[in-house]
Amino acid sequence: MATSKATSDAAGPNAESVFGPARRRIGEKAIAVALFLAAATSVVITVGIVISLTGETLAFFADQAVSVSGFLTGAQWTPLFSDPEFGIRPLVQGTLIITGIALIVAIPLGIGTAAFLSEYASPRVRSALKPTLELLAGVPTVVFGYFALTFFTPSILKGLLGMDVSVFNGLAGGIIVGVLIVPTVASVAEDAMSAVPQSLREGAYGLGASRRQVTVRVVVPAALSGITAGIVLGASRAVGETMVVLIAAGQVPTTSLDPRNPMETMTAFIGATGKGDVPTGSTGYKAIFAVGFALFVITLILNTISIRFVRRYRQVYE
Amino acid sequence: MSDVDPASGSRDEPGAPPVSGQAPAVPAGQPHAPIPSVAHGDVIDHEIENPVFITEELSVSYGSALAVEDVSLSVPEKEITAFIGPSGCGKSTILRCFNRMNDLIPAAHVEGMVRYHGVDLYGSDVDSVQVRKRIGMVFQKPNPFPKSIFDNIAFGPKVLGMKGSMDEIVEQALRRASLWDDVKDRLKDNAFGMSGGQQQRLCIARALATNPDVLLMDEPCSALDPISTGRIEDLMHELKETVSIVIVTHNMQQAARVSDRTAFFIVDMGSSEEARIGRLVEYGPTDRIFTNPHDTRTEEYVSGKFG
Repeated sequence: MATSKATSDAAGPNAESVFGPARRRIGEKAIAVALFLAAATSVVITVGIVISLTGETLAFFADQAVSVSGFLTGAQWTPLFSDPEFGIRPLVQGTLIITGIALIVAIPLGIGTAAFLSEYASPRVRSALKPTLELLAGVPTVVFGYFALTFFTPSILKGLLGMDVSVFNGLAGGIIVGVLIVPTVASVAEDAMSAVPQSLREGAYGLGASRRQVTVRVVVPAALSGITAGIVLGASRAVGETMVVLIAAGQVPTTSLDPRNPMETMTAFIGATGKGDVPTGSTGYKAIFAVGFALFVITLILNTISIRFVRRYRQVYE
Repeated sequence: MSDVDPASGSRDEPGAPPVSGQAPAVPAGQPHAPIPSVAHGDVIDHEIENPVFITEELSVSYGSALAVEDVSLSVPEKEITAFIGPSGCGKSTILRCFNRMNDLIPAAHVEGMVRYHGVDLYGSDVDSVQVRKRIGMVFQKPNPFPKSIFDNIAFGPKVLGMKGSMDEIVEQALRRASLWDDVKDRLKDNAFGMSGGQQQRLCIARALATNPDVLLMDEPCSALDPISTGRIEDLMHELKETVSIVIVTHNMQQAARVSDRTAFFIVDMGSSEEARIGRLVEYGPTDRIFTNPHDTRTEEYVSGKFG
């Protein structure tokens, strides 16, 4: 047979005779290495941050000014007093209250914006609104901070709503941080909603569902994991936001739950104290890193929860 | 029915334009002579009593591009009507006019008339959401919601606010789609765990749960294997006792097997490459379309010469 002749040759024809000579691709290798280095940079920096935070945090506790449990549960935060107290609770509480207020603002606004852009807006409206939203995300946070302090608190909270608030207050800080993270929440949620297959919408419309029913009963549930990811990402940004709260919420570490009063968040403490009025190497200086470490742990927990949630509820479409 | 009889094609259709792109031979000296084969009258078909749908000179464009032009036909009640033709011939577009699904595409523009039991479907007083409650649809790819089997079926009845026991509604819909025995023990399971054929029958059951008058099927078997396809075709035969069915299919054998009437569409290549316009070539009883087509293009298509 014709084929037996070819297969009888045990070694077969060598590759070069069929494909031509093999070529060395040095450029290919170099690009792969360069790309790996780029990807590795962020990992290296993250590790570096953790190491520097951990080192200073250990040094902080080594000063014996406060025990770990005293640090976590103490209700007084006066690190720069001559008789300092290092109870982080007021700062954590301030951070959580302001993040909570921010989420109360950002979740409905963000999901509403996303649903409008994805399900209701005509292409023309969408093409105008989306860049505006992205512009909002690009406004420097310090501008938001002064907006909260010099306009929102006096004109809206005091003037328009007649509220009895301090010049520096957690409410204005929280609301403006909420506005600040709306683009983050909306953008991630909108991506998730737009990724819901059109066939699902058609299926629901085909059954006589209205636009609202399609949005609420089909699109939002199908996009839930992405929407949640957007909310958690927004929450992480709110927890880490510094300038707005530093400028507008004040620097009074308090255990008061009333957001009309001034309060201090973890980031505001770090920002204000880091400006340089503490001597390097003092316990007060090291406290900055201890607070930073605590902040890092909080955002780590938030992100871990969100990754779990997203994996668990992710819908895979063909 | 005597669709072969040219007389049926001549009745009261003065000035009705023949499908363009072809010139039926009009005997000389007889200006009002019956136009054979694809005359307008044959297409509208006045022999159909109580048609569910009548389209008159229906054209659909997307933006400035005309997709399908000048379709006039009527769809009988409690029968299966198949739309066949090559890709891009506009058969799905016409199907989507029947439940105003084209409304969802902002650029889509519909001209001409679609009547549903005599009512102008695109009339200003017609709510497209109400239309879709009466006219169910099954799509090319099974598209169950990412919910349980039960919730998939209950979706339509719930959004319509149907009264009665949801358990009974769901069971009845699943029985009509001959899916009940397969899934009765796992109604709470996610629908994505079903096979493709089962998913498609679930989608049929979902559409039936709202008791529609018509079922539109847009290539319902194109993603399914032959056995699943066979089961869906059997199901269609059972369903036509109670609902009118319009099916778009690429599969000529399927049209021949299941349908009572067949409409053949074609892509008309215009002057430029972009101008591809779908047109209705021939419409009539399925037997006749497949055994004795009047138009040579229909004959070539059903005999497998192109498409």
